[in-house]
Amino acid sequence: SVFRPFLCSNSIAMPTIGVKRDLLFEALGRTYTDEQFEELCFDFGLELDEVTSEKLMLTKEQSEKRAEDASEAIIYKIEVPANRYDLLCVEGLVRGILIFQDKMVPPRYEAIRGKERLVIRKETSGVRPHAVAAILRDITFSQESYESFIELQEKLHQTICRKRALVAIGTHDLDAIEGPFSYEALPPDSIRFKPLNQTEEFTATELMEFYKTDSHLRHYLHIIKDEPLYPVIYDRNRVVLSMPPIINGDRSKIHLGTKNVFIECTATDLNKAKIVLDTIVTMFSQYCAKPFVVEAVEVEQPDGSVILHPELPYREEFITATEINKKVGIEESSAKLASLLSRMCLVSEPMRDGKTIKVEIPPTRADVIHGCDIVEDAAIAYGFNNVKMTIPKTNTIAAQFPLNHLTDLLRNGLAHAGFTEVLTFALCSRDDVATFLNKKIEDVPAVHIENPKTVEFQVARTTLLPGLLKTISCNRNLALPIKVFEISDVVYQESSKDVGARNERWLCAVNYNRAPGFEVVHGLLDRIMELLEVAPGKEKDAEGYFIKATDDSAYFDGRCAEVICGGKRVGILGVLHPSVVRKFDLPMPCSALEISVEEFL
Amino acid sequence: RNIVRNRRLGLKTISFADHAMEEKSLHQKILDVVSERGSASSSALAKHLGYDHQTVVGAIKSLHSLPGVVNVEQRQTELWRLTGEGKDVAQNGSHEVIVFEAVDSKKGTLQSELEKKFPRERLEVGVRQGLVKKWLELKKTGTDDKLLMRKVKVVNDEVKSTLQKIAEQRLEGIGESQFKDLQRRKLLIKGAFTTFLVSKGSAFTTQIEKPVAELTADMIASGAWKGKTFKPYNFSALGLSPKSGHLHPLMKVRSEFRQIFLEMGFTEMPTNNFVESSFWNFDALFQPQQHPARDAHDTFFMKDPKYAAELPEEYAEQVKLVHEGNQYGSIGYQYDWKFEEAKKNVLRTHTTAVTARMLYKLSQQETFSPVKYFSVDRVFRNEALDATHLAEFHQIEGFIADYDLTLANLIGILYEFFKKLGMTNLKFKPTYNPYTEPSMEVFSYHDELKKWIEVGNSGVFRPEMLLPMGLPENVSVIAWGLSLERPTMIKYNVANIRDLFGHKVDLQMVHDNPLCRLDK
Repeated sequence: SVFRPFLCSNSIAMPTIGVKRDLLFEALGRTYTDEQFEELCFDFGLELDEVTSEKLMLTKEQSEKRAEDASEAIIYKIEVPANRYDLLCVEGLVRGILIFQDKMVPPRYEAIRGKERLVIRKETSGVRPHAVAAILRDITFSQESYESFIELQEKLHQTICRKRALVAIGTHDLDAIEGPFSYEALPPDSIRFKPLNQTEEFTATELMEFYKTDSHLRHYLHIIKDEPLYPVIYDRNRVVLSMPPIINGDRSKIHLGTKNVFIECTATDLNKAKIVLDTIVTMFSQYCAKPFVVEAVEVEQPDGSVILHPELPYREEFITATEINKKVGIEESSAKLASLLSRMCLVSEPMRDGKTIKVEIPPTRADVIHGCDIVEDAAIAYGFNNVKMTIPKTNTIAAQFPLNHLTDLLRNGLAHAGFTEVLTFALCSRDDVATFLNKKIEDVPAVHIENPKTVEFQVARTTLLPGLLKTISCNRNLALPIKVFEISDVVYQESSKDVGARNERWLCAVNYNRAPGFEVVHGLLDRIMELLEVAPGKEKDAEGYFIKATDDSAYFDGRCAEVICGGKRVGILGVLHPSVVRKFDLPMPCSALEISVEEFL
Repeated sequence: RNIVRNRRLGLKTISFADHAMEEKSLHQKILDVVSERGSASSSALAKHLGYDHQTVVGAIKSLHSLPGVVNVEQRQTELWRLTGEGKDVAQNGSHEVIVFEAVDSKKGTLQSELEKKFPRERLEVGVRQGLVKKWLELKKTGTDDKLLMRKVKVVNDEVKSTLQKIAEQRLEGIGESQFKDLQRRKLLIKGAFTTFLVSKGSAFTTQIEKPVAELTADMIASGAWKGKTFKPYNFSALGLSPKSGHLHPLMKVRSEFRQIFLEMGFTEMPTNNFVESSFWNFDALFQPQQHPARDAHDTFFMKDPKYAAELPEEYAEQVKLVHEGNQYGSIGYQYDWKFEEAKKNVLRTHTTAVTARMLYKLSQQETFSPVKYFSVDRVFRNEALDATHLAEFHQIEGFIADYDLTLANLIGILYEFFKKLGMTNLKFKPTYNPYTEPSMEVFSYHDELKKWIEVGNSGVFRPEMLLPMGLPENVSVIAWGLSLERPTMIKYNVANIRDLFGHKVDLQMVHDNPLCRLDK
């Protein structure tokens, strides 16, 4: 979707895959209109993001001229849920949809024992401790499936592999190398090989320098750059298969005619490495002479133990029909629910007791980690839009957050008093809250941001004043006077809080005119106090409010007073210092009022 | 806008008052002429009465506003008007005469001398015309310079006098060729001229009383308003804009959303904590520590204070277990969960961090009691900015925690919620959120855009999030969220989010913004 997900924590764009429409329809066994296909996607939890072609994409990205010879074949860009790695290539997508439509029985994936071995040396534990491997025997690639094979690796690298940091995939022509293979970690100067698609040999150190300017590979260099030992995989003849997570060797590179593919995944996260390996082999074993059969590799651990990979685990779960029905809000039999689940690749059968369903989680569905995932799949197959809605019975008495309630009442009061509300950013530059107000940043109790992309996000504001002044500056063409206010949160460091910071709600109003108009903001203060039922008082009184001369570097000397209420300082008002006005690019004088709202709760 | 608004009374009243005495007699004079002749054009009246044409037109319009007194017909006529240069000639004399006068009557004058005296163009025209009219002649001097000599003794400035006549609209005796000649010399231009033909109306009278501008307190006291004619109002003008302050459009929409939640019995959460630990922002929500959302490219991490000083220890231990796996019926993520990572402070990326805190608080009660909570507040994301994405925006969030809530309940409450926003045609798409399962994106059919648009995201919180807190096993939490900015942009047709949020917002837009009625 164009807009970021809302409840979904962050803006992790769902991965999008591009598939040739005609090939897709051929594999699905029928054609669809764009609308029909969009609807099918919608129910399955996919989104048809864009209908385009290579030519259109090139035209958009570069120029019509560059796109001249590009293909006009229609491409569907399809958005896939971020946890469904099994839908990241056209093979898996087609399989998923056909099974969803009850047109295909989920295949049974099988790993058979082979003879190849990958030995993990203990030195790798310091840099990239895990490795798994598998072999696709007697595979026949077509141009399309070959491209899809390469593309899937890239998609996996970008998603679950977290840009190769967690897992890096290497695929090799097994016939060009000879096992057993060894996964080692060596000083970079002692690693020397001809990397993929290069004509010369490089040491690892030279390679890191060489790829510094490579638009693609330079993003991965940081993963191992400062390590004393670099990970590397050799065959028995010391031919380098790969130097993960950067680059493969040229000797073992695969091509359209490759018959036997050796796949290795090295990782810092073993679980993810297994998922990645399982995903690749389940997707592409369909092109092997024995479809869906994978040859396992013996992976010898540093302690000498041997584990066979891929594991291709099938897991059995038991769930009752009642549980699914109760969570979704439907009334279906265990037999019906089992058939719904089977359509989501979770082959299921109702047990004899008529209540329990046996659900088999295949190796392609690593996203199913809890019963609630099974419930969801049942609901998707049932159709979210077929669920009959009911209003929750939960009966509660509402309440406003008192601080927000008071804020809203005050906002109205200020607008009634002739001030216009503005809405400014909580993040700003260090200068905004310090230098521009004639203060030193060291003296400002601001919270600082570690990774701002621009100066506008260096700190959280400690005062609303800069935002208001910037707003006026952008609206200088309006008729005078400009009278604005904002009631919002500022952030201070606060060691007594668990996170070391707290918000505080402040009110700030600024009058901008040919004359400073101290009396305007002073009058506003009186009005606000009237609204808050605080009477004017005298210095000796414990109650009431009064103003008293003070100094503040942001305000003009002798034209600044603090607001004392109930014997406590709650704010400040005055004519802004000419240097402050100038810093915010304002030609005319300003007076301002700042008070803390929380004192009046 | 304000100028138009003030026009109804403000400007007109002033002009009426300023010319009150003059106008009265002019009104009368016009009526007298019409009475005598039956009809008269505004231009003839101006000439006849010795007034500026514009003033006469004003008086005619004013008479026309009195019911039935006069009929007024608008006419377009052609009019010769003097150009700027023409006006100059009418006042100061033609170029040829001026040049002629400057030529010494006996010895003649060198061209170079004249060049010092006059602008080049004037000299050129003056000399050319002088030669054509045979007033002057040119003599060679043997150098590049030339000598101008008078050929006649006196000249008559016919151009000047003709232009003067035209300026006064005394066109008798001026031949067609003269007009053309002057037009060619760019001293005259032909323009359109609107005149008004005034004739007697159905209630024609010469006895009119000057209309009174406005009712006064004196008139009310004395009763003098009786029998007076009041100057009619121009009802097509706008009124005077009232002086007042205004609330910000986005905050008005926010108030409406608060109102909707309150109407539905939801209690507002305290969301006044922008700085949050990764623990509450991510870990408590069962978002693994290696999730891409926790990347520096997406989240603002804090430099100072860098770490949260404390986490709720027992609970954090449970969170660690559930992440690492094989707890609470979950396989988990099978990795090594680190306290250090959880303690990293961030600017909260969603208000769901507060939801997690509220649910945890709820779990600490003796007995669980159902709740409905909501919030609308700021969240922060360190990602690429564009026309629809800012580094900070408002998230709207609501949730219900109760025993045995269902997906059907979630759909039901979403229908009720979005109905209040005027959206009744909804559909739901399966999606993936790290901490809800099932998860649904909410789409609404937009009648004007004629398509389904994504309006929100929703789901049932995962047991891996709720059970480590200690909430009873059969308690479910259904939740949904959306941004405040997006529906506002759609509602007010704002293309760029910066026009709605931040210091670059046009305050005039804030002034002009209508009431916020989300269901309209």
